[in-house]
Amino acid sequence: MIINHPLLGPRDAQEFTYLGDATLIDRPDGLSFPSADAAMDAMHDYLYQRSNPAGEHRELWFHEQGDRSWLVVTRNTVTHEILKVELARDVARMRGRSK
Amino acid sequence: MADLSLKPITPLGNDLPVRISIGPVTISEVVDTALASLAQRMGQDITAAAKGAGIPLPPAGRWEQGATCAAFWLSPEMWMIEAPFASHEDIVAHLKPVFGEAASITEQTDAWARFDVTGASLPRLFELLCNYDIARHGAGSASRTMMEHLGCYVVIRAADHISVLGPRSSAQSLFHALETAAHSVF
Repeated sequence: MIINHPLLGPRDAQEFTYLGDATLIDRPDGLSFPSADAAMDAMHDYLYQRSNPAGEHRELWFHEQGDRSWLVVTRNTVTHEILKVELARDVARMRGRSK
Repeated sequence: MADLSLKPITPLGNDLPVRISIGPVTISEVVDTALASLAQRMGQDITAAAKGAGIPLPPAGRWEQGATCAAFWLSPEMWMIEAPFASHEDIVAHLKPVFGEAASITEQTDAWARFDVTGASLPRLFELLCNYDIARHGAGSASRTMMEHLGCYVVIRAADHISVLGPRSSAQSLFHALETAAHSVF
């Protein structure tokens, strides 16, 4: 599998490690909830709830044997076709995270 | 103060750098370069400071030679600076006044073993060693890649001159890999 790195071009998947669902970027802020229980529930869902789609999936990949950037890869889990590759920090910034 | 007289050794553990020739290529240990990583701090812009000091800051995947210093890209907003060891042994002391609080600088000189591979047909040698396509990227490119299970930097200085920087603690293994691959190809 080849991942088309946004900065470095096509790279072998062997250079990357896989973390999982890209929703891991959206870690809930425990202090922004009305109660401790609500915060706990949100953290529980963040930690344990994953959708397991047969089809398009956004996932986090780490370019460990390259420039060590985190990428958000949109991949079709059925065909393994890679539809889009973004730098995770750009994705996080677009969501108002990690300014 | 005690009068210490320490004797430096090369990454391969000798008094003098090793140099071997196999077929058309020569593999030589290089110890005359000081290294430091330069990371731009968040919200800062070091472009002007670097330009003023003649330090190149090449774009992603590239290497560039300046008047005294050279640099290759490591990751977003981070570069490895190369300087002559004789004049820049304390490389951080040279770089710190240029960038002040705008960048984080870490000396890297003794973290790496550098082997320069020179000669013709280098793509044939490196296609056996790593995933990085030498022929496609060409002179002025640099990348981190895996070689003999080691994270290494490959710097293509010219079509017939490639530097491999690997972890100094694994210098012997890397040198063995280069030597074995060269024997196998040529």
